[in-house]
Amino acid sequence: MSRFAEVQVKNNQYKIKGDFHELIPNTPIRDADNGHRLMGITNPRMLVHMHSYGGEAVFFESLSQGKLMASRCDNPKCEYKGSIWQPFRIACPDCLRKMTPIDMTDIARKTAKVHTFMVCERSGAFSLLDKPIKFINIEFDGVATILMSYLAVGEPKMGLRVVPIFKKIDPTYTILDLAWVPEGTKADALPFGFSF
Amino acid sequence: MIKFSEQQLKVPKMMRPVYLVTAGQSKFDRAIPDKRTEELCVDALTMAAEMIDMEPAELKKYIHTCYYGHFADHFGDQLLGEAVIHDRLGLDPLGNIGVKTGGATGGSTLWEAVKAVASGYSDCVLAMGWERMDEVPTDEGNFYISCAADKDWEGPLGHIYTGYYAVMAQKYWQVFGKEEESFRRTMAEISVKHHGYACNNPYAQAPMKITVDDVLKSPVVAYPLRALDACLMSVGAACAIICDEPTAMKLTKGKKNKPLRIWVSAGSHTLRPADRRDMEIPLLPNETAEQYKDFGKKFPGGDRYPGFTGFLGARMAAWYAYRMTGIKDPTEDLDVIELHDAFTISDIQSYEDVGIRPYGYGRDYVESGDCYHTNPKTGKPGKLPSNLSGGLIGCMHAVGATGIMQTFEIACHIWNRWAEMHGKPYWDRCGRTMPKDWTDLQVKDAKRALAISHAGVGSHVTATILMDPDHLLKNDA
Ligand SMILES: [Zn+2]
Repeated sequence: MSRFAEVQVKNNQYKIKGDFHELIPNTPIRDADNGHRLMGITNPRMLVHMHSYGGEAVFFESLSQGKLMASRCDNPKCEYKGSIWQPFRIACPDCLRKMTPIDMTDIARKTAKVHTFMVCERSGAFSLLDKPIKFINIEFDGVATILMSYLAVGEPKMGLRVVPIFKKIDPTYTILDLAWVPEGTKADALPFGFSF
Repeated sequence: MIKFSEQQLKVPKMMRPVYLVTAGQSKFDRAIPDKRTEELCVDALTMAAEMIDMEPAELKKYIHTCYYGHFADHFGDQLLGEAVIHDRLGLDPLGNIGVKTGGATGGSTLWEAVKAVASGYSDCVLAMGWERMDEVPTDEGNFYISCAADKDWEGPLGHIYTGYYAVMAQKYWQVFGKEEESFRRTMAEISVKHHGYACNNPYAQAPMKITVDDVLKSPVVAYPLRALDACLMSVGAACAIICDEPTAMKLTKGKKNKPLRIWVSAGSHTLRPADRRDMEIPLLPNETAEQYKDFGKKFPGGDRYPGFTGFLGARMAAWYAYRMTGIKDPTEDLDVIELHDAFTISDIQSYEDVGIRPYGYGRDYVESGDCYHTNPKTGKPGKLPSNLSGGLIGCMHAVGATGIMQTFEIACHIWNRWAEMHGKPYWDRCGRTMPKDWTDLQVKDAKRALAISHAGVGSHVTATILMDPDHLLKNDA
């Protein structure tokens, strides 16, 4: 491979550089019980997709800066005006007007607690998280919804007070840049790259 | 608290009666490397023709439109896989369309097929579903399944769908199961029951004679869920032929299949559980607001509805279906059901969503013995036997086919053909040995049945209801 895929946007068009796919030869699949007759083939493939975060980009960029962004519907005509959404949403699902991005890092630090959780011993291919994965769903005061994320330190339980941590060093710009630890966790206990 | 509008809560009404005439299915297995998907679909359609003593070519002449359920293009590595099957079944020049709604794909395919007939567009429709989950290793399979979750907000979290669902199971386990050993054993009993019933089903992938302790000793996937609490990954196909009344009568004249009235309803809820907001419980005809008044006191932590413990999609599918068909109490009005037992615990949750037991009391359906073919406590027929096929845990979860397999199974009971269609010739056909202690699970005098088809964390759910037309609950249904 000469150079791995890189992408920029100019004039609102994708400009790509490097290799987005790799040619790998296929191999036959044979029947070991019946004279190795042909049953099928493998189809190897390595390719890179591009993906736009669109109006959610601000959420993922903010994680790398140590901020948890939510959105709030400020449309005076909306039946559910004032609802705060986490996961961040671009448009209000009730009135479809663009919502106002708000920084809810402080609300999270002061009120986040575990609504439910699961310790998962398995993962799918391409998972970057260590096993077991400690899934937690987090409720916040004044927020209409319950965010899914993971607990990076300690053992989860319902009602546990947690605080957000952010991957500010070598961020991935994915949801993995946000994790949670029990309130009172010391800074030196955080995983590499993460800080409060 | 959110509310739904009067228009959203309109009770669905079909323009004319719709009938299930026949159905068929392939064998199901973890891998079927000696057959292409189209061969499995041919097996299913051929069986459907055989059930009404027809040649496939003859039956095909009646079909006017085709609905194809296939959940994952990723698994098949073939976009427009529906067109491949349509070509191989030789169904040109008929209009056809692919349907995909995750785990509910089979049910949704029937939903579309039924509406095509109800509207008058077609008089005879093919609903065919399949899945091929054997062409990648299990961890890549789990990755592909996780692609059905939100790819930015959930997927990167382990690429494991089980995890996204399991947080809901944990909440149910703690709030309603109260983390009791007895509740854990009831969950295990469901796995024992479904693997056990699968022993009588020639098409089933995982027949097993196991005990509650075997389930409790199987490897932990996500505590309290263990490997034997989970559904299968499968390959296979199933189909149904849906008709208007004149065509149904013509196709079944002098045949063993009596045409059965069919209705399908559908509900939904947010793809990300994270987005769920609180609401009042939409009540089924056998429930009152009064009974849920001090719900949060009876079950501390259970005061949010649907929270992470109820499946609104399933509740709404039942809400529409029962009103559409005149069902007042599913346990009294139905004779046999197939539920979407993705996990033992979600099976229990769905007893409550579809009103077999009130919210919070699902376990009683198992513990009372009502869910069995023969109630182990009384030795008498179970009040409302469920998942006699073995369900997703014992029979299969070839996603696009699952809801249709369930419908084939419940129809066999109403046709009084369960023993025949699960008898020796079908064991031979599936290349499997009929066990010496094979048991006839025919539900005697079954007249009405329900199948629930459910996607993942509850984003899509359908309710399919079959009735013997001489035993309707509502004349204008
Ligand atoms: Zn709004």
